[in-house]
Amino acid sequence: MYDAGKIITGIVVFLLLVTSPVWYNLASGHSGDVPELELPAGETVCVAETSFMRAAHMNLLNQWRDEVVRNENRIYVSEDGREFNMSLTNTCLDCHSDKTKFCDRCHDYTMVDPYCWDCHIVPGGTN
Amino acid sequence: MSVDRRNFIKMAGVGAAIGLATKAGASTLTGKSGSYKPDYAASTAHRWAMVIDLRKMSEETIAGCAEACHKAHNVPRWDNAKDEIKWIWGEPYHNAFPAQENHHTKEDLAHKMVPVLCNHCDNPPCVRVCPTQATWRREDGIVMMDWHRCIGCRYCITACPYGSRSFNWRDPRPAIEEIDKTFPTRVRGVVEKCTFCNERLARGEQPACVEACEGGEIVFGDLEDPNSEVRNLLAEHFTIRRKTGLGTQPEIYYIV
Repeated sequence: MYDAGKIITGIVVFLLLVTSPVWYNLASGHSGDVPELELPAGETVCVAETSFMRAAHMNLLNQWRDEVVRNENRIYVSEDGREFNMSLTNTCLDCHSDKTKFCDRCHDYTMVDPYCWDCHIVPGGTN
Repeated sequence: MSVDRRNFIKMAGVGAAIGLATKAGASTLTGKSGSYKPDYAASTAHRWAMVIDLRKMSEETIAGCAEACHKAHNVPRWDNAKDEIKWIWGEPYHNAFPAQENHHTKEDLAHKMVPVLCNHCDNPPCVRVCPTQATWRREDGIVMMDWHRCIGCRYCITACPYGSRSFNWRDPRPAIEEIDKTFPTRVRGVVEKCTFCNERLARGEQPACVEACEGGEIVFGDLEDPNSEVRNLLAEHFTIRRKTGLGTQPEIYYIV
């Protein structure tokens, strides 16, 4: 191979640059940080168990949307028999009253940008 | 590499097991838990329809209806007519009923403002042209909209012969004077129109415009219930509908 030294050095430098955020995080000691969510005071359980909500709240919200808009259902009966009015603004954000300390923290961490609030209203704020 | 029959069957079995396990795992993420039902107070009908008594209607009443409706649904108010969003509004008689071609129309009628809104047609042309099924006709006759699904192609606006649909050319939020927190806004690039207050019917309430007309100028009810108030009014009075010649079967009746 011609110019092996230059090429291999180039590849090493490139890999170091590409992975630099990983090294930066490791060096700063924040590599294990996960977002801290502010949970509603006085409430212990959401409309389904936490593990399910954490993994699949977006699927549940899509299901709620279709039930309300297309199937004329307004009430969600949870697995343990509790009933909820299916509304992002008036049910979800009623408990999780500060969007910036709940929704946004995980969404920012995972770099997702859901457009729910382009239309749906954040209580007490102008989104 | 050659595979004998025994190994092939083994591999197929393992593949099927992995596939089924993945499917079971995936289904736990699709909101299978819980069940759904309508609100206990919900009003239902076989065919929603509206009767508007033009004899009682004044321009102030129409303005009051529009105000109540647009407030309840976070409809923006733009000064530029090209950006205008409207769910219910007043239209001069000869514009609302261009097919009524009689010469020398009754004087008070000829100069009347007529409240017009989505006609919730039995045969809605907007629904036929919507490429994403963002608008559809419900079992009870309401021509509904799913703003989540609207892609803003505006075919429905072109198809509607009544001008009942408006397009959000601009972000509506800044033009909403007071946001009603119980109802969402829309975004730029979405079509909107009257939905017969489906969200109020779901709570057992009357549409906002009906409630705003305290003199009984607008009556709302089930067209297929022979004892309903709309049926009584239709039996007692001569009524007209807008552009019936087009075959859309509008369900807003006007007592003239």
